[in-house]
Amino acid sequence: MNREATLSVDPTTVERLMPLLRFADRARRALQYPALGIAGLFALWYWGGWAIANNEDTMAFASFAPGPTLAAFWDLVVSGNVWKPIESSLYRVGWGLAYAIAIGVPLGVMIGYFLTLKQVTHVPFQFLRMISPLAWMPIAVLAFATWDAAIIFLIAIAAVWPITYATAHGVQRIDPMWLKVGNNLGANPYHTLRYIVMPAIAQDVFAGIRLAVGVAWIVLVPAEYLGVTSGLGYAINDARDTLEYDKLAAFVLVIGIIGYMLDAICVRLIKRSSYHAEG
Amino acid sequence: MSKGFLEIENLSQRFPQPDSNDLMTVFEGVDLDIEKGEFVCLIGHSGCGKSTILNVLAGLATPTDGNVIMDNKEIKGPSLDQGVIFQNHSLLPWLSARDNVMFAVRARWPHWSKAKRREHAEKYLHMVGLDHAMDRKPAQLSGGMRQRVGIARAFAIEPKLLLMDEPFGALDALTRGVIQEELLKIWSETHQTVFMITHDVDEAILLADRVLLMTNGPHAQVAESVKIDIPRPRKRATLHQEEAYYPIRNHLVDFLVDGAKAMSAKAQEAAARGENPRHRPRIVNPARPEADPEPGPRMVRAV
Repeated sequence: MNREATLSVDPTTVERLMPLLRFADRARRALQYPALGIAGLFALWYWGGWAIANNEDTMAFASFAPGPTLAAFWDLVVSGNVWKPIESSLYRVGWGLAYAIAIGVPLGVMIGYFLTLKQVTHVPFQFLRMISPLAWMPIAVLAFATWDAAIIFLIAIAAVWPITYATAHGVQRIDPMWLKVGNNLGANPYHTLRYIVMPAIAQDVFAGIRLAVGVAWIVLVPAEYLGVTSGLGYAINDARDTLEYDKLAAFVLVIGIIGYMLDAICVRLIKRSSYHAEG
Repeated sequence: MSKGFLEIENLSQRFPQPDSNDLMTVFEGVDLDIEKGEFVCLIGHSGCGKSTILNVLAGLATPTDGNVIMDNKEIKGPSLDQGVIFQNHSLLPWLSARDNVMFAVRARWPHWSKAKRREHAEKYLHMVGLDHAMDRKPAQLSGGMRQRVGIARAFAIEPKLLLMDEPFGALDALTRGVIQEELLKIWSETHQTVFMITHDVDEAILLADRVLLMTNGPHAQVAESVKIDIPRPRKRATLHQEEAYYPIRNHLVDFLVDGAKAMSAKAQEAAARGENPRHRPRIVNPARPEADPEPGPRMVRAV
């Protein structure tokens, strides 16, 4: 057989492969830097685990290292034990955020719309905002019948501020021209709210929710250290009490992964509702 | 006198002044008729109250005195019978070009199906030459394209009266020329009644059936109604070859350079004497001075 013939490739095959090659190239470009970052984090973690294991004083905590942690993580996933605390925690965060959105968005619209209200609420709201949500814990426990309700309250009170102020910021950025257009087309107040104000502020509201999710997810874990017997915070505390450090680290990993995913969802929502240049 | 389609009667606008108890009279006593299907341009110096007149016609402002009657109904507030095109495009940035037009179409005909709205919107976007850009958002369109979407939107709701406040003021000269022709084309297909404010004399000659000249404020008046006696269809490139072009152009430029100020001084003196300011613009046809019912003293300048 002719050697040249075996080497030659059908041009249509190349053509058909091109989209695949382009996709691979794009994927490589999109992933190479994140992969580098993740690798760096693992390297640091590995080095930390190694340092702990080689120090006589800290040897007892050696299972914080990547090896034991990932093994424990795998066990949690395979046994299904990981889902129950995630479910409890997401339930609390979900309700806390729902209340924060239900209160924060209308409040923000009004603060953005009425200058007087902004001036009246400025001092009290900034004062309340700067109080750590966890400082409300004893009051929340007294005020609410169940631990769940108390935790949901703490999350809501932490998450309501970023949503309120991002919404108000969005309302202030509404171009009066858009309202004039609506007016000229005979829009009533409901139409104006539904078809002009809401889409105009959507990206700011989602930006506020993104900040709120971050705060809520942070408040959740310490709130679950107290009282409750479910959730990721409880799971960490429980693992500490039973000296299962590999499991403890595995739950820390779970908290990080879920937090990252929640944030990624918010980023998507912001991007989808954004109408500036890149569109 | 026959009842016109749009009648402006004794229209006056006075504003309070910050440092005096007297009201400042921007314009007063304006009587004006506009026929159905007419394209009318209003020219005047800044501050004479052109935009105020337009806002009154749009129902966005209330005059101090006088009223406006369109199709036997008084204009009292904004409605879909009056479409407005503003100087800086006023598109909603989160909607595509098509959705911006459909949004307005939906306000006009709430019971139309989505398919019908879409078809209607696309028809008008096609008329302004935007077939390729219907899915783009305003941020992805050039300034000229945005203004075309604004024009398509205003025509699409088929208002009884289309109002334009210096619609091309923010565009570069080349784009402006192209869009003026688009506007002429869409107007020749729909024969909407148009009232447009402009600073550009050539733009007014190209587009209008009639140019209204407004004197300077305070106490501004709509002094003249200049007939643009140039046959349609008009083309920008050949407009200056028309016999009537230079007489008309000179008349308009003379008015802006000298006339507006001189007439304004006269009007202010008359107002000081307490004369009734009510007036109707003098009808002028610079292309055929012999047909002028009241021949003006001004000479036609040599070119």
